[in-house]
Amino acid sequence: MAAYDAIVVGAGVTGSAVARELSRRNGRFLVVERASDVCEGTSKANSAIVHAGFDAEPGTLKAKMNVRGNQLMDQISEELDVPFSRVGAFVVCLREEELPRLEELYQRGLKNGVPDLELLTGDEAKALEPNLTDEVCGALWARTSGIVCPFALTLGLAESAAKNGVEFSFNTAVTGLEKTSEGWLVKTNQGDFTARAVVNAAGVYSDTLHNWACEEKLSITPRKGEYCLLDKTAGGHVSRTIFQLPGKYGKGVLVSPTIHGNLLVGPTAVDDPDREDTATTAAGIADLTEKAALSVKNVPMRQVITSFMGLRAHEAGDDFVLGETAECFFDAAGIESPGLTSAPAIGEYLAELIAEKLGLSEKEQFDPLRKGVPHLAAMSAEERAEKIRENPAYGNIICRCEEVSEGEILDAIHGILGARTLDGVKRRTRAGMGRCQAGFCSPRVMDLLSRELGLDLTEIRKNGEDSQIVLEKTRG
Amino acid sequence: MKQDLVIIGGGPAGLAAAIAARESGVEQVLVLEREKELGGILNQCIHNGFGLHTFQEELTGPEYAARYIEKAQALGIPYKLSTTVVDLERQGEGVLVTAVSRQEGLVQIQAKAAVLAMGCRERPRGALNIPGTRPAGIFSAGTAQRLVNMEGYLPGKRVVILGSGDIGLIMARRMTLEGAKVLCVAELMPYSGGLKRNIVQCLNDFDIPLKLSHTVVDIQGKERVTGVTIAQVDEKSRPIPGTEEHYDCDTLLLSVGLIPENELSRQVGVEMAPATNGPKVNESLETSIPGVFACGNVLHVHDLVDYVSEEAVQAGRHAARYILEGREESGREIPLAPQGAVRYTVPCTLSPQRMEEETVVRFRVGRNIRKGLVRVLAGDRVLLTRKRPVMAPGEMEQVVLKREWFSGNEEEITVEAVEEKEGT
Repeated sequence: MAAYDAIVVGAGVTGSAVARELSRRNGRFLVVERASDVCEGTSKANSAIVHAGFDAEPGTLKAKMNVRGNQLMDQISEELDVPFSRVGAFVVCLREEELPRLEELYQRGLKNGVPDLELLTGDEAKALEPNLTDEVCGALWARTSGIVCPFALTLGLAESAAKNGVEFSFNTAVTGLEKTSEGWLVKTNQGDFTARAVVNAAGVYSDTLHNWACEEKLSITPRKGEYCLLDKTAGGHVSRTIFQLPGKYGKGVLVSPTIHGNLLVGPTAVDDPDREDTATTAAGIADLTEKAALSVKNVPMRQVITSFMGLRAHEAGDDFVLGETAECFFDAAGIESPGLTSAPAIGEYLAELIAEKLGLSEKEQFDPLRKGVPHLAAMSAEERAEKIRENPAYGNIICRCEEVSEGEILDAIHGILGARTLDGVKRRTRAGMGRCQAGFCSPRVMDLLSRELGLDLTEIRKNGEDSQIVLEKTRG
Repeated sequence: MKQDLVIIGGGPAGLAAAIAARESGVEQVLVLEREKELGGILNQCIHNGFGLHTFQEELTGPEYAARYIEKAQALGIPYKLSTTVVDLERQGEGVLVTAVSRQEGLVQIQAKAAVLAMGCRERPRGALNIPGTRPAGIFSAGTAQRLVNMEGYLPGKRVVILGSGDIGLIMARRMTLEGAKVLCVAELMPYSGGLKRNIVQCLNDFDIPLKLSHTVVDIQGKERVTGVTIAQVDEKSRPIPGTEEHYDCDTLLLSVGLIPENELSRQVGVEMAPATNGPKVNESLETSIPGVFACGNVLHVHDLVDYVSEEAVQAGRHAARYILEGREESGREIPLAPQGAVRYTVPCTLSPQRMEEETVVRFRVGRNIRKGLVRVLAGDRVLLTRKRPVMAPGEMEQVVLKREWFSGNEEEITVEAVEEKEGT
């Protein structure tokens, strides 16, 4: 008999969403992830936008999932303690002759069922966003567009799944798939697993997995997107997400506040077959700087605190590939933008298909709630004082830029699916995400990881197996 | 809790300010320090060279700090360790300081005056937008220094250093002594931002090449650094194609500048000086908020701790005067204007009515000057001329102004540094 009812490949936002929805049903479920933690691929390096849904072609899965995902986000963020805010978005038009395309986008939004869309004149838009450039001659205002913490969303979904009984196996890379009489044999570097069904949420490798299982082949080309993240002092430069009219390669360069108060600029869009290359380039950063300046003036690029690149899993058919594409093989492939927004909807959709196929019953004791690591810096003095009285470790500040305490880091390490790496701590607490970019806190966080997990400092890693931080003891 | 004076930061600046304030007669002085011990960044600076001016001795960082810690303790100045100030706001005539710690939880302290002495932080990789991957093995020099000197671990074995700031130079030597191979130090500018003596003692003595007008143009390695590429830059700091050189290495250290850590200053609403990234201060080292003083690296980045201490003594004394005598009428506040190669001055204004007999004006030049001249003028009137054989951006300069030179009617005081020929 197969050991699992379903194995989900990939612990990004999509895989985690599917896992959580599966955990509403009775069954044995496993998520395998090649990285050391959840949220190590595309889910950690994207625009962090909850798209309204006006962009995708009506009738496509992208359009459907986007609109549904957007609707689900209030409840999800509430249940999973995920920072989320509907700040709204402008798509700005920079040339009079392109105004019809803005109108087109508006109509498309209506067709997709996006609520609260409004067309603005250039002056109306500039009155609301004073830092728009003079060239802006019109804007589509999407009030339901939002910003979200992509780490918290992915962690929230995964932790909720784990809390409801889903198993996770990290550092586990799938090396092959074999059809068996009972379902599938999933071969990995950590041994083989059997399951009645397999879910493919393997991101930029989702074509590889799909092609092992299916006759009809997929082809993913990673679409590289570079970003710059600016200091919180620049966070108020715009108060909504500012898009430009979309082009051939997607939604173009945006300028947006982040949910934590920074300013995000990006992404570029360059197709490149290398699925591992997330190196930023001088040309990319120059390109996004130049493009951002078309819609928003005086973007303070001197305030950049970090730059990064994410890989979008762009599929040749230009739409999400969702559903049972081989017997008991369920695809969530080609999940590029608006993947983050769509994840809850994809989870809902696929889990329903799987449950039907396998005859899984609803679980009575499903617990939809999950609490993230508390964020003391955001609390009032009274609340904070109370928390420190409960646990004095909340009074010991480790990361000075983001004001993260020892208590928060201990919570991150000892929580369900606890952090094992510096990056793991960072995504759960924001320690190291601030303006000094971990200069001060990384030795301190390393000390805590070492103490709590009983590891020598040489065993502490930034993320993957080969990302040792210190190499050996000094001679002294 | 109520205090006369709260000092934020127990490093060299905070300690010297606390001692000076107490010696000037302020009873209630409280030092708040976020680390486990007093001494600030000096605790990880185990090399010597500290204290030549102050004590005419060569001390290590911890030894230098110990002199001040012992003195503060002998004076019975209270301090709270592992205590982080999370909020600073104005309250009535004074300030309200909110701090958190494991032992006391959240405490709020009302103080008549405060001295900002939070020091500075290192500029991270992101601020330079260096392209490439983001693996382990990229450290700011100060982080590497802490790992080696305080944790006892070697962060890497084959090292490229970007930036020839003092910490980078010191770490080139330190890593070499620990058995690492330092392949080169690349410096974007055509000159080093570090002290001359550090270039000699930390690079030349170990045959470590210093590549001026070079920068890192690529970082390789998925999880740990496997190499970096450096290239020569033109006069506008743009990499010159074709000059790339590749280094196989596991570590990149960054010593690319220090930024005064003024988050609390901004929170309380202190006016900032763009050239220093520190608060604007008057001759009493008082910020735009009455009763809030600043000294040390939070005010402007120093290269010698001796001058930090000296400046902090001034701040402590002025804070004491403010507490004991109240704020004096300042009369006219005369602006100090940097001219020629002078990038900035600390202080930014001077009140002849309030100033003591002498005021030290510290400044930096923006380029190398040989056979230079420093002049201070009030309008056409030359107040002071000093010859300086060499001036460099990496070395802070100072002049001493005397109260007797001013009538109080001056429009502006200019501080200029020029080549001698030009100035005569």
